[in-house]
Amino acid sequence: MVSFADTMAESSNRAALAFRNAIDLLGCDGVIETSASLASAYIRFDPVALSHVEIHRQVEQILREKNWYQEPLPAGRRLWRVPTVYGGKLAPQFDEAAAAAGLSPSEAIKRLGESRVRVLTIGFAPGQPYLGPLGPEFDIPRLKELTPMLPEGALVLAISQFVLFSRPTPTGWRHVGQTAFRCFRPEAEQSFALRPGDEMEFPPISRAELDNIRETNDGSGGATCEEIPS
Amino acid sequence: MSLLVHQIGPACTIQDRGRTGYLDQGLSRSGAADQLALHEGAALLGQNPECAALEMAGMGGTFEATQQASIALTGAPMQASIDGAPVVWNASHSMEAGQKLTIGVAKQGNYGYLNVGGGIDVPLILGSRSAHLTANVGRAVQVGDRLPVGPYSGSTGMKLRPDDRFSGGNLRVLASFQTPLFDAETLDRFTDTAFRRGARANRMGMQLESDGEGFAAKGQLNILSEVITPGDIQMTGTGNPFILLPECQTTGGYPRIATVLPCDLSRAAQTPSGGQIQFTFVSMDEAITLHSTYLSDLTRLRARVEPLVRDPHDIADLLSYQLISGMISATE
Repeated sequence: MVSFADTMAESSNRAALAFRNAIDLLGCDGVIETSASLASAYIRFDPVALSHVEIHRQVEQILREKNWYQEPLPAGRRLWRVPTVYGGKLAPQFDEAAAAAGLSPSEAIKRLGESRVRVLTIGFAPGQPYLGPLGPEFDIPRLKELTPMLPEGALVLAISQFVLFSRPTPTGWRHVGQTAFRCFRPEAEQSFALRPGDEMEFPPISRAELDNIRETNDGSGGATCEEIPS
Repeated sequence: MSLLVHQIGPACTIQDRGRTGYLDQGLSRSGAADQLALHEGAALLGQNPECAALEMAGMGGTFEATQQASIALTGAPMQASIDGAPVVWNASHSMEAGQKLTIGVAKQGNYGYLNVGGGIDVPLILGSRSAHLTANVGRAVQVGDRLPVGPYSGSTGMKLRPDDRFSGGNLRVLASFQTPLFDAETLDRFTDTAFRRGARANRMGMQLESDGEGFAAKGQLNILSEVITPGDIQMTGTGNPFILLPECQTTGGYPRIATVLPCDLSRAAQTPSGGQIQFTFVSMDEAITLHSTYLSDLTRLRARVEPLVRDPHDIADLLSYQLISGMISATE
């Protein structure tokens, strides 16, 4: 694992994504798979085929090539707009999240609905994005008690980040919105919707609109997707 | 050819060696919890260890062969019989069309495996036949399912003496990047402690219990989530270790004290509730040597297979066999 920071920062996330791509491009024999988390790149290799000494040497050589914190985001990124119901019965922890951020419910919907966040990493569950950063007013702590089970498509908030749940999940994050977007569709040809570096917005809709979207039942949740010019 | 499921335990899934290459998309490997058992099944049937088998957690079921079938039973030993006649575990057997194989509860360990000549031939999903229930990939096998079986031309009637790995024991571990977050006293106490496997265990992970205080790391609650992997030993908020297994999540924020070597993960997964576990740190060089030995032992399993010699006492229909044939007269 190559770690670029021990706290989350925009530049270290970019560094992790870019460095992981560089390792992939190297196509090293013995590397089994790679991944990027919030601030580090992970390299899984076969220690019999590729010694620790050798992978160390190669990794350090690539690390020295450039200032990874100044690398651009990956190419081929997309902007997703996913219609979201904030608050009400579908997202019952919205009001307390707004209060914790010191905002009225309507102001919180406005700010969250206009926030453009980036897929910082995908993990924990299949296809599930960690999204950020949200404004500093949303740097609210996780709950002490776990909420037993939130549904797929739940938009949850803590520490200036969203997570969009790909599976029913117990969590300590606050359930602020509900979407019909499926991040992971194992039956589909493209099983995973999102890629690290993609951007997302969650414009507010009514519950009736979400019910309409659900009737189409194609997993897209009424989302739009467009290329971000690099 | 298929196996028709008449009865089935609550946690039986089709498993192979697991899925590689989707870690970056949040999908962990899955695959058999006891990979050694999968290789033993393949060795007994003389086939490729990539074949999928039925993993049976705690108890099996009843399976009818729709045509002649070849099977091998490996992993946690379970009561097994074909049409009521007991059959040996860690061995391969033949089933005629219409015969029923009944597999009961585990006598030792957790995960038993029903391997089939030709492998269980369900469609590949993202490169593997392994169910991953926490990720909603595949599902548990249910009554009425027909498990499709691939083509097979090998023979049966072989046995293999398994490694005893069904009652806990010593697990060898490697220090990892978060090990230094634990101070020397905590690490010493960790290796001196006799842990018991707790009641909370599934294919995601298994909790360990011990007497005395928990094992805390410095700055335990402020650790950034990082990639986690089967074998990692996470310390939860209460300071109880969890050994992560094939369906673990792909990232986690609990600190990891060490990682169990792949060669000892089958033993970890097979440790029954209440079974004792202790940890021993090995150096990176020792770990690589142990790992290489493990891999070459897997490839040599086939050479250790021997004919299953049946005890005449166990043969219920002994008198129906043609025991003497090809007699010739000494005077001719």
